[in-house]
Amino acid sequence: MSAAGGIIRPVSIASFAQSQNVRKDDEHNEAESLLPVIAEVFGNIGITKDDVDFICSGSTDYLIGGPFSFVMALDAVGVWPPRAESHVEMDGAWALYEAWVLLQEGEIDAALVYSFGRSSLGDLNEILTLQLDPYYEAPLWPDIVSLSALQARALIDSGKATEADFAAVASRSRRDALNNPKAQVRKDVAPEVLLRDDYVVAPLRRHALPPITDGAAAIVLAAGDKAQQWSDRPVWITGFDHRIETHSLGARDLTVSPSTVKAAEMAGVGSANVDIAEIHAPFAHQELIVKEALGLDDSVVINPSGGSLAANPLMSAGLIRIGEAASRIRAGQADRAVAHATSGPCLQQNLVCVLEGA
Amino acid sequence: MAERCAVIGVGQTHHKAKREDVSIAGLVREAAKMALTDADLTWSDIDAVVIGKAPDMFEGNMMPEIYLAPALGAVGKPMFRVHTAGSVGGSTALVAAHLITSGIHKRVLTVAYEKQSDSDAMWALSVPQPFAAPLLAGAGGYFAPHIRAYMRRSGAPDHIGRMVAVKDRKNAMRNPYAHLHLADIDMKMVEDSMMLWDPLRYLEACPSSDGAAAMVLASEDAVSGHYPPAWVHGMAMRSEPTMFAGRDQINPQAGRDCSADVYAQAGVTDPRKQFDCAEVYVPFSWYEPMWLENLGFCDLGDGWKLTESGATAFDGDIPWNASGGVLSSNPIGASGMLRFLEVAMQVRGQAGEHQLDGAKLALGQAYGGGSQFFAMWVVGSERP
Repeated sequence: MSAAGGIIRPVSIASFAQSQNVRKDDEHNEAESLLPVIAEVFGNIGITKDDVDFICSGSTDYLIGGPFSFVMALDAVGVWPPRAESHVEMDGAWALYEAWVLLQEGEIDAALVYSFGRSSLGDLNEILTLQLDPYYEAPLWPDIVSLSALQARALIDSGKATEADFAAVASRSRRDALNNPKAQVRKDVAPEVLLRDDYVVAPLRRHALPPITDGAAAIVLAAGDKAQQWSDRPVWITGFDHRIETHSLGARDLTVSPSTVKAAEMAGVGSANVDIAEIHAPFAHQELIVKEALGLDDSVVINPSGGSLAANPLMSAGLIRIGEAASRIRAGQADRAVAHATSGPCLQQNLVCVLEGA
Repeated sequence: MAERCAVIGVGQTHHKAKREDVSIAGLVREAAKMALTDADLTWSDIDAVVIGKAPDMFEGNMMPEIYLAPALGAVGKPMFRVHTAGSVGGSTALVAAHLITSGIHKRVLTVAYEKQSDSDAMWALSVPQPFAAPLLAGAGGYFAPHIRAYMRRSGAPDHIGRMVAVKDRKNAMRNPYAHLHLADIDMKMVEDSMMLWDPLRYLEACPSSDGAAAMVLASEDAVSGHYPPAWVHGMAMRSEPTMFAGRDQINPQAGRDCSADVYAQAGVTDPRKQFDCAEVYVPFSWYEPMWLENLGFCDLGDGWKLTESGATAFDGDIPWNASGGVLSSNPIGASGMLRFLEVAMQVRGQAGEHQLDGAKLALGQAYGGGSQFFAMWVVGSERP
């Protein structure tokens, strides 16, 4: 079997929950902010932690500024008696991938995946600089907004997009977020108005940047009989892949996303019509790059949730894309959807998950 | 397991207090290239890379898989990063192995490392956090009270810890990659070393090391390499909460459950008799007798007697940590993977001077956090 369109064991997104996404939650620690999310993701389908066979989470220590932030967060689940459990220092979308891999073996049928992060605790723009090569890049302190602006400039120079296109993405995202009660930035402002914003780092104006968001999310995966028992309309993962590019920005063409192209090919995105796509594009111009890399035409509804321009909880924003796409299918608004997650500066690493209704 | 998984290549760096001759990328690449050479493969043969390490603050490089992708030949491939505290080296190998057993990939490179000299692990472990009890004195300060509790509970005499410290350092003299090569080590030398966390003396604690470990894992139809494969017979992970009044941190339930799971998969009912050797995460001397009991190699309370009898020594009936173990090399993130790797070397017959005659079935164990995260695998020379 393979994720490359071969035979894969059907696995369903059985339940999805996310916290209210807010600019700053300084009333709850990580476990406390996760508790209601975990309760909801189980409560949605009437199960408890004893009904899942595996637990996997995604988070990063650099948000809390101390080691092992995932350790105490595990208290939100309450792993007693002890459970099979793992953690990735990546967005929760990759934690979902690890759980999906385990479910492929056919020995277990259900898994809980969650992710969390309080982006408000430190200076996110500085913190993300620490993802860069620690010898040649990080000491120069290029911040993530400036690096993204370089990418946006390259896109404009390539003739593929204009600042007006970035404003159109931002306007649509925040308008769509009016229908998403969990979103953080929800407003109806025309692109022409947004273009009057000041530059943060040219050519990125304020509207092209993501909000700083505290939030958490969780998904229950199910296979076999449990997938049918826990949902009237199971949402199946029919393709799943992720790829990474080289790190050096100077060695990459920042106007394209070859890792997304490859992941989309392996996940079989182009094998049938796509109704909606949830794209994890923290900066407005990145949606345009990923949309092209996924091979999506203008008939595809992009980010009906508002995407990460409406709420960008670090380490959860990718997992939320998968949850949001699944929710549209479960609600009957789509039959086939693509969800995408990204990591690293300027879309260095990308994950693609194809979802289909029964 | 749906598909069989085999270790077909292993590699590790020379572990040292400071590897100032290499960057982090150079360190991981050194181990990875050695594993590829052992497997008789090149970078392009690898389908996916799975990397693990302990907290990113140990080097000050956030989510380092992003920076390390090109150094590990991962460009255009899936690259995955695991972090499960001290057990991470073991967990990383298990995540990689599941990419094989699930049938998704044929050949996976898995790497774990720590470059402790780039930072200070004691400091990184001791950052005050809101709403959490501070861990002011690093890992030893956390574990010393558990060791005292074990001694009281089991009635173990004081010298057992020193015996383990001497035994593992003597074993390390046979391992050219070990950090510590203490030719003159003896009980007196350990006893004379500085008291760090009562009852743990300096020489009863692991060193701070720079180092990396790597393995190439393959499906049955992709086996290659210069030595016979080490077949994975069982693998398991278990976690329990840090703060829970019902926990027994001396003999954690998660460790017992994890070993029961992995033994059942491998058909092991009498670990002391059936295993030819074990590599077990012993960062402080007393964790040998404690884990002997937790892993069911003897009855409760008898772990120290097994150590005292010499059963776990190089020439004993169940050698533990013939490589010198964590007490002789501790690149934290890699320490768990080294346990998994060393047992693979033993059953492949490639352990050189620390090779144990006729090793056919062996246990690798790693633990982390407050004795709450466990990862284990059983490997054997026979195909399961």
